Amino acid sequence: MRKFPLKGLLSRPLSEAAPEVLGEVEELGIALRQKLGRSLAIRLVDAGSCNGCELELQALGNPIYDLEQFGLKFVASPRHADVLLVTGPVTRNMEVALRRTYDAMPAPKWVAAVGDCARDGGCFAGSYAVVGGAAKVLAVDLYIAGCPPDPRALLQGLLGLLERASTGT
Amino acid sequence: MSDIFDLISVPAPEFRTGPMARHKVSRAEWQLAIDELARGGLSLLSLWASRGAVHMALRRGETGEIGVISVDSRRKTFPSVGVQHPAAQRLERAMVDLFGLSASGAIDARPWLDHGVWGLRHPMGKTSEQAIEAMDYQFLPSEGESLHQAAVGPVHAGIIEPGHFRFTTQGEIVVRLEARLGYAHKGVDALMSGVDARASAHLAARVCGDSSVAYGWAYAQAVEAALGVEVPARAIWLRALMAELERLANHLGDIGAICNDAAFGMMLARTSLLRERVLRECDTCFGHRFMKDVIVPGGITRDLDGEALRRLRVLTGEIGEAFAPLVALYDATASLLDRTVGAGVLSPELAQNFAAGGFVGRASGRDFDARRDLAYAPYDQLEFSVPTRRDGDVNARIWIRIDEVAQSLSLIGQILDGLPQGAIAAELPSRGAAREGLGLIEGFRGDILVWVKFDGRGRIARCHLRDPSWFQWPLLEAVIKDNILADFPLCNKSFNCAYSGVDL
Ligand code: SF4
Repeated sequence: MRKFPLKGLLSRPLSEAAPEVLGEVEELGIALRQKLGRSLAIRLVDAGSCNGCELELQALGNPIYDLEQFGLKFVASPRHADVLLVTGPVTRNMEVALRRTYDAMPAPKWVAAVGDCARDGGCFAGSYAVVGGAAKVLAVDLYIAGCPPDPRALLQGLLGLLERASTGT
Repeated sequence: MSDIFDLISVPAPEFRTGPMARHKVSRAEWQLAIDELARGGLSLLSLWASRGAVHMALRRGETGEIGVISVDSRRKTFPSVGVQHPAAQRLERAMVDLFGLSASGAIDARPWLDHGVWGLRHPMGKTSEQAIEAMDYQFLPSEGESLHQAAVGPVHAGIIEPGHFRFTTQGEIVVRLEARLGYAHKGVDALMSGVDARASAHLAARVCGDSSVAYGWAYAQAVEAALGVEVPARAIWLRALMAELERLANHLGDIGAICNDAAFGMMLARTSLLRERVLRECDTCFGHRFMKDVIVPGGITRDLDGEALRRLRVLTGEIGEAFAPLVALYDATASLLDRTVGAGVLSPELAQNFAAGGFVGRASGRDFDARRDLAYAPYDQLEFSVPTRRDGDVNARIWIRIDEVAQSLSLIGQILDGLPQGAIAAELPSRGAAREGLGLIEGFRGDILVWVKFDGRGRIARCHLRDPSWFQWPLLEAVIKDNILADFPLCNKSFNCAYSGVDL
């Protein structure tokens, strides 16, 4: 057990294992702090995704992307959240839960639709069981494209949202 | 009346290379099959409906042969399977919701997928515009002193899929858990009807995000079997390579995540790095981190060059090296083992009865792996073992996955060494006869079944996809009983059942 922290102390940071990504991620972080100068609390609602988008959102927490180093943090309650991330085509079975989660968030609040499904229903559009995208239920401030968007796209997307939030557009 | 076992007589290699025969049986014969399921002579591979009939895919315990039988349901009823064989209950309820059938004799007539908000009923059957009453869902009762209910979901605290859990506890002890799912229901069965094989493949890869490869493969195999397409060897080997990479990434991520739910966050930090390493290599070699859409009916869309093979060889070496000390750490951390050993025990009898696949079954003595027991290429030419244990607790499920990481690494090595040359895709016949095919692939959670029926014009008349979690979710409810509520996240993660995969 002691070997791990010891090795950690004596070796370079783990994150250097992927310099090409880290460079970008670091720049994002600096821009982020300059823009907002504070932390941002994020709440996710899976509105019927295939789970692919969640896997990449989870990856934001690994030591390479380390979301929290930028002050971005997933929170357990919508009452603590500034940003609502929506994944999935918004199934009819999740529509009420999605709306209620949004209603529980304090203002000001933003909504980001994550993944091609949340944009317009993706390949599930037109189904009797699907509303067809987050914008059919909530006012969406930002779309992050991809199926699923990879962690870098997710970080870039969140930065875009912060830009808009801080300029008030 | 024929002996029901005579109808369950197709050996594994046969259904994988040609159309799957289906036997129409009388209600009496259907009942015989149900009796055998309840007795344990047969195990249930799946249960589904199409217009006018209800089908069951079955496997014979003794010989491993399989078969598909159908009973007529044009009068809107069929003899309930779930009444005698609980593993079938939710499949049956889902089917009743979609097709508007009634399972005669069923003890649980509550809707499953239909939450009353679709604006219609029975979308796959004779559709009616009268929706069911939305809020009218009764959870199973518990009786006793000082019982307390906790309702969790469908929106969860973490970054996970939607589902509702209703706990009844006495103090800290869970007396009953009942899950209510269906929140991720997207109507995949309906979307897959009437489209061509390619469009459907796109959907199959989006049924369950962490198993895109396994689903893509199971679906492609069903289509190829139905149409009698011979897939080039190189494509099959590369499919297996992707399937093992997918298994590896999922096992690595989940082993850490389970430990994280036992408050040992460092393991997750370490294994998530390894997982990320695998996903990036998948991206470099196959053009997508989850290798979505690489598998198509007929073959694959992307070949690997020598450089990619070299990279993957380096990857397996690195993962093997970095993983070993983590395993040693797990095994030597008493405070962690204190949480995982003895928590959430699944008995071998239940695992067997439900024919639970994957690490859930194998950690409870069910020695089954579709790669070996319903063998398919290239696994019939590769060497691997199927780890099993009988203790059935969280610790056992972790160890099965640890052992499977080693097996996958070895398989990847063997595939890289033996990869045949040649084409990577075969042409699909543009129009074919009305035919049916079966695909069965071992995903990381267990065996995934896909049954597909073509109409005479090269379009899919009906496609049924059965996730391994259908036979695992109900067991989680059994396992958590008498554990403390605080251990639920740990037990749940050690099962890691799919939501979207079963909600469809
Ligand atoms: S966008 Fe793609 S990965 Fe995300 S939920 Fe939809 S199908 Fe899954």
